[in-house]
Amino acid sequence: MKKIVLLVLIAFLGINVNGQEQPNKNKKEEVEVNGLCDMCKKRIEKAAYSVKGVKSAVWHLEDQDLHLIIDETKCKVLDVEKAVAIAGHDTKDIKATDAQYAKIHGCCKYRTDEKH
Amino acid sequence: MYKIILLIMLPILSLAQSSVQGKITDSENKPITNVKITIPELNAVLLTNESGLFSLVQGDRNLLLVIEKSGFQTLEIQQSVKSDFTIQLAKTDSGNNIATVNIVKKQNTLGRKQKAVTNTQNLSQGELQKAACCNLSESFETNPSIDVNFSDAVSGNKQIKMLGLTSPYILMSEENIPAIRGALQATGLNFIPGTWAESIQITKGAGSVVNGYESISGQINYELVKPQKEDPFFANVYGSNDGRYELNTHFANKYSDKLSSLVLLHGNTRNIKNDMNHDGFLDNPLGKQVNILNRWQYNNVEKGIVSFLNIKYFSDEKTGGTINDNSHEMIMNPNLWTSHVNTDKIEISNKIGYVYPSMPFQSIGFQQAFQYNKMHSEFGDKVHHIHHKNYFSNLIFNSIINNTKHKFITGLNFNFDKFQEHLEANFMAEYDRIDTSIGSFFEYSYDNLNNLSFVLGARADSHNRLGLFFTPRAHVKYNPFEKTTFRFSAGRGKRASNIFAENINVLASSRDIIIKNENGKLYGLNPEIAWNYGASFIQKFYIFGKENEIVIDYYKTDFSNQIVVDLENARQVTFSNLNGKSFAESFQLEWNINLMTHLNLRTAYKYLNVKTEYATGLLDKPLQAKNRFFANIAYETHILEKGQQWKFDATFNWIGQQRLPNTQANPVQYQLSEFTPSYQLINAQITRTFSSTFELYFGTENLGNFKQKNAIIASDNPNSPYFDSTMIYGPVFGTMYYAGIRFKIKDKKEQTHINH
Repeated sequence: MKKIVLLVLIAFLGINVNGQEQPNKNKKEEVEVNGLCDMCKKRIEKAAYSVKGVKSAVWHLEDQDLHLIIDETKCKVLDVEKAVAIAGHDTKDIKATDAQYAKIHGCCKYRTDEKH
Repeated sequence: MYKIILLIMLPILSLAQSSVQGKITDSENKPITNVKITIPELNAVLLTNESGLFSLVQGDRNLLLVIEKSGFQTLEIQQSVKSDFTIQLAKTDSGNNIATVNIVKKQNTLGRKQKAVTNTQNLSQGELQKAACCNLSESFETNPSIDVNFSDAVSGNKQIKMLGLTSPYILMSEENIPAIRGALQATGLNFIPGTWAESIQITKGAGSVVNGYESISGQINYELVKPQKEDPFFANVYGSNDGRYELNTHFANKYSDKLSSLVLLHGNTRNIKNDMNHDGFLDNPLGKQVNILNRWQYNNVEKGIVSFLNIKYFSDEKTGGTINDNSHEMIMNPNLWTSHVNTDKIEISNKIGYVYPSMPFQSIGFQQAFQYNKMHSEFGDKVHHIHHKNYFSNLIFNSIINNTKHKFITGLNFNFDKFQEHLEANFMAEYDRIDTSIGSFFEYSYDNLNNLSFVLGARADSHNRLGLFFTPRAHVKYNPFEKTTFRFSAGRGKRASNIFAENINVLASSRDIIIKNENGKLYGLNPEIAWNYGASFIQKFYIFGKENEIVIDYYKTDFSNQIVVDLENARQVTFSNLNGKSFAESFQLEWNINLMTHLNLRTAYKYLNVKTEYATGLLDKPLQAKNRFFANIAYETHILEKGQQWKFDATFNWIGQQRLPNTQANPVQYQLSEFTPSYQLINAQITRTFSSTFELYFGTENLGNFKQKNAIIASDNPNSPYFDSTMIYGPVFGTMYYAGIRFKIKDKKEQTHINH
């Protein structure tokens, strides 16, 4: 009986271990990033690629989202969001500071409430 | 997501461009039919079908789409054409305009690949339909980058030239499998019906190393129509006043989402004897051709697998020569001369590609092809037979280094050629040989995502006749400003020339064949080796709000060795290794203007300096115009509700004087002048589309009725030592008129589905 309990426990532990997410070397992520044009696209993707571990970064203007494939052993989505925000683009979790936003080109000002 | 995988995997299968599907729906995801999509950059107007679908050539870039449909808001959108996509249209009464605002670009190009590092143009089917275009050799008539030579009266085949070099120096591939080579190197494009091609990609200069070491002046790849995208039935009937009739029928069948097949049937015949220049010889050989292709496509998007299987067969027969046939007479009549060329081919090819589901940037592809080509030629008393068996296979792996800014392609390929060749001329000889080669390649590409990208490639091959050799190629693209593009390329090519198959027309003369044997491994001669380097510059700008594009490119091909075909002695044709210099310089200036909506003008000036060291010195290559001018004007009306449209297209060509080989040794009446006169040609076509399933076209070639005089030397005495039919520099027939229809039946299932 004890053995059975032990086995069940081990099995559970095993499941638990499996349940804890293994870092995936090719993890697909999508994150909201705001931008307006092709120049924004270049800037956003360039910023994303500057993060070590980003294998693929494609920003879609229509959907306002950034499709990522990242190596989770090297970076997290939040790292990418930080880098993109520093480049001046608001992401789902991190917004660019006014100073960072001010640096982007005039035609790229995507914040609609912006007073010109 | 599976669609994305599928679309990303298509590049391995077709390494260049295939197409993506766009879908237009309303806000409830219901497909909208007959939506008009204008793509100024491609100068294309498309309509969605009953399922709201339309296709585009896939590319690594964004295109501006102008989407119009009455009852809906007009949308201008920058759309990536990397993968399939869906666009929702909002009804006009649904409030604010959600469209992203873009400047409407009305570009006028053939679809020059902006993103590609190589200087590549894409010809879509719409472009191919602008000319009579019965087969691929004729499909370049509206494109200034490729010169189409006039078919000689005897063989009837048209040859193409790029950068001043004939087709043997161009690598021609079918969906990236080297296709037109060996026995059919010179004539093969004539056996690909125009309706079979979905698109053609023309790359000037050194190409990619992936497809082999043979390309010297450029690469031409053509994509065949795909089973999965074809309508269930398509028919095209064509006829012209020179007696040529063609019939094309396509039957597509979809067995499931995954499996589809396509049967393409082509037949053509020319059965009217014409002699418009009154030289006693047929202007075009009589002939008939049957050409069959069966394709199977298997797509499993869940597993990331795409596969194609092609089975091809054709048989072609041409008879030319004097208008009074002597082929059935027992006794040779000295005033009669005939030629027969029979060409047959069987080909089986397949390819399979797999994309790692979790890594869309990584894929493996395998392609292989077996072909058997047979060409039997008789020109008067000269005979040439060639049987060519070929097996080609290629294993390709695509992936990235760290991230998708750094990509690489690597792989292995194997090629086997068996030639059995028999020649009867002034001597009789057998030239049987087996060539095998195995090679590996690696190509690295870098893109800084902003203004610089480059591709560095190299391959190493071991070939039983060419030896162990290395082929480097490099391409750079730089955009200093948004509308300015510079491209540079350099590369080496090496090839084994099939001297008779590539110069088959020289047999249609009384010239003695001489080979200056130097104990090389190919007909006693050595392999051909050349370096090609070039630069191109593209600038876009606006004049009066209309977009203009200027393209300047310069390429130079320098031969280290070449098989020199020397025609300077009128009694002989001499094949020898190059002894001295041989080069081809090409300079092209192109100016493309959008004059108004739907009216585009393309103009080009081309300077070609092609010189070779012959026995008598460094001379211009004969039958090659140094200066050419080209203009094409295209106008089309708006597409109406049911797809009705008019399209008008006209092309003007001015061809400068060309040097003729020395004929001083002939009697005076059989001598030619030193240069040909310059001449001009006008071709025009009108297409009337009645609906999305039926259209009619008619056109004319050589509207000015220019006819070359003395096209055949000693045509009055064809069995004399002076007879020579190789000096063709212009049309011999005069004005040609043609007309044709295109008809298709669309998928019924999709139609009924829409009716619900």
